[in-house]
Amino acid sequence: MMDNTQEQDFEPRILGFLCNWCCYAGADLAGVSRFQYPPNMRVIRVMCSAKVDPIYVMKALLSGVDGVFIGGCHIGDCHYIRGNFYARRRATMIKKVLEILGLEPERFRLEWVSASEGAIFAEVMKDFTQKIKGLGPSPLRKEIKSGQGSK
Amino acid sequence: MQASGAAARAEATLAPVRGSLVKEREFPTELDVVGQEPRIGAFICHCGINIGGYVDVPQVVEYVKTLPNVAFAEENLYTCSQDTQEIIKAMIKEHNLNRVVVASCTPRTHEPLFQQTVREAGLNPYLFEMANIRDQCSWVHMNEKEAATEKAKDLVRMAVAKARLLTPLKELAVGVTNRALVIGGGIAGMTAAIELASQGFECFLIERQGELGGNSRRVHETLEKGNVQELLENTIQRVEESKLIHVFTNAKTKEIDGFVGNFKTTIESNGQEHTLEHGVIIVASGGEEYEPTEYQYGKHERVLTQLELEQQLATDSLQADNLNSIVMIQCVGSRNEEKPYCSRICCSQAVKNALKIKEKNPKAKVYILYRDMRTYGFREDFYREAKAKGVIFIRYDEDHEPQVRTKKGKFEVEVLDLILNKKIVLNPDFLVLSVGIVPQSEREELAKMLKVPLNEDGFFLEAHVKLRPVEFATEGVFVCGLAHSPKPLSENISQAQAAAAKAAVLLSKDSVVSGGYVAEIDKEKCKGCGLCVQACYFGAISSNEELGVSEVNPVLCKGCGNCAAICPSGACQIAGFRDEQILSQVEAYI
Repeated sequence: MMDNTQEQDFEPRILGFLCNWCCYAGADLAGVSRFQYPPNMRVIRVMCSAKVDPIYVMKALLSGVDGVFIGGCHIGDCHYIRGNFYARRRATMIKKVLEILGLEPERFRLEWVSASEGAIFAEVMKDFTQKIKGLGPSPLRKEIKSGQGSK
Repeated sequence: MQASGAAARAEATLAPVRGSLVKEREFPTELDVVGQEPRIGAFICHCGINIGGYVDVPQVVEYVKTLPNVAFAEENLYTCSQDTQEIIKAMIKEHNLNRVVVASCTPRTHEPLFQQTVREAGLNPYLFEMANIRDQCSWVHMNEKEAATEKAKDLVRMAVAKARLLTPLKELAVGVTNRALVIGGGIAGMTAAIELASQGFECFLIERQGELGGNSRRVHETLEKGNVQELLENTIQRVEESKLIHVFTNAKTKEIDGFVGNFKTTIESNGQEHTLEHGVIIVASGGEEYEPTEYQYGKHERVLTQLELEQQLATDSLQADNLNSIVMIQCVGSRNEEKPYCSRICCSQAVKNALKIKEKNPKAKVYILYRDMRTYGFREDFYREAKAKGVIFIRYDEDHEPQVRTKKGKFEVEVLDLILNKKIVLNPDFLVLSVGIVPQSEREELAKMLKVPLNEDGFFLEAHVKLRPVEFATEGVFVCGLAHSPKPLSENISQAQAAAAKAAVLLSKDSVVSGGYVAEIDKEKCKGCGLCVQACYFGAISSNEELGVSEVNPVLCKGCGNCAAICPSGACQIAGFRDEQILSQVEAYI
């Protein structure tokens, strides 16, 4: 982890997997409500948080993405009834693997955001971006190709 | 529930003209794009100033033109406008596009619109991808034009990456047998069958006992003085007279096979075996009166349940005129650790019988020992009436349950009155136990056959308590009546009508269509471990033991992807959300 002023200027690159029925809808609501949040996350839409294979998360983190986020429905409210239970278990496993690999588990976050929680989604984005800023750039970060992504 | 029930009655009126105003959409033949190089058309929307005011749209368009496989890119003021739809179709033809990406608002609202446009131009609607550069970009980064523009570029690049790997997807249509099977011939089951028949659908009504009616055979009047026996007689008559309802009594369900629209059930009825083919199942298997072990029930002939009391009052074998006093105890066997739920009707039942006794013999002393009086809604009026007529209500709590002893054949009921904080001793002629409703004794077997869940109290568990109260997560199976939960007759009738309404929606279709985003299992890669079978909540995957692989029924698959994530070999993929497609989006960002 870097320890100089450089990291204060760094803009985290975050990848998010949002479930169509709750979190993605919550993010849309944040937009409709014009709740502003940092522009650091790029979203991949999935139908359910259960679809997110840990391989996707690992691929992103091991390729130098600074943070990965999974957003799903609240426990008990999964559109597919119990998909988010599986997502929760996979998240626990992912954190363990990151620990073993020596990468900060805080670079990965699982959060439940419902379709009506636009404000909460914006807050979570602010919070996660802030936390990743605090952790500094991923030790696996490569040179960012020009014309690609935030600085 | 009431709403769906009301809809059922409306549906019945409209049944003769069902579908008469429906016009089938005509689409051109779908072009075959298999084997072609992806030629992506990208349409970047300004959405007036909603996007254009905060994202440099022309810059995004120029950037998109540089991406591999993008054959065409342009900006639109409003991509969703009617004239832009025509432009999209024209560009598809002019530039031989075989994939389309729209960067605008959220797919949650506009994906279907653009999919239809694309289909009208002859492309499979699943060759379409969207990038959300408004709700999740321009609207939330209004003061950072540069960063928002970079984000928009990234999002479009990711959408283009996925678009390259999109393949045409099919929506599979399977025919529907438009007949219903109703399991249970009580009031709920019969009501559901009658509703379906009034909409023109044939029904098989199977009843495990020798005659129809179920629990209602033991009920004479409702609290509101409704004549239940008359209702029962009328209902049975309507069932028997209906040409569309086929009744099987003394029926035992042997096997239930198939899936929504295509069920095959084998039953045995009166010594004969029958195989029934139907498209939906309505579970109305009922509930039972709890048989108490408390308070010497069964050992003393003057200890009765409320239903038995009602029967004796109706035939007057109780001799109400000679009755001196009677004590009713509420919540017997209910609201304890073993059965924590309240059965909803017992307080009303007690008040009903208490009023009946007072009617026959105003001098009779009637005591009701209760924990809470749950005469809800308009039933409260009858509770007040009972009090006014001299019925005495004594409150007890679960830590101080009434004690009952018999001395020389007489009852001695001792109860701690919580208001007086004193023990009261009563000597009634009869002791009446208000017991609850328990799940039907054969429910577990039925639940297994249907592949539907039971809740922790043993009643059938609906898909969602508020949003889907008569359906199961398994499509094509519905529930109503006491099988679902204890409730009064009127509510069971409502629920039965609601179940019929929902079932009719399916039965009125010629086919059920599976969505395009369904799981697919590659037989070569599958080793038959069965994890996907377990992971699927909807019963859409089964094990093929002969081939040693798992198989998906696309009609039942909801496309959630849990099976794909759990698959250790990558054999299971969700069409449209395949690993390689999602990973291409990840890689486009890295």
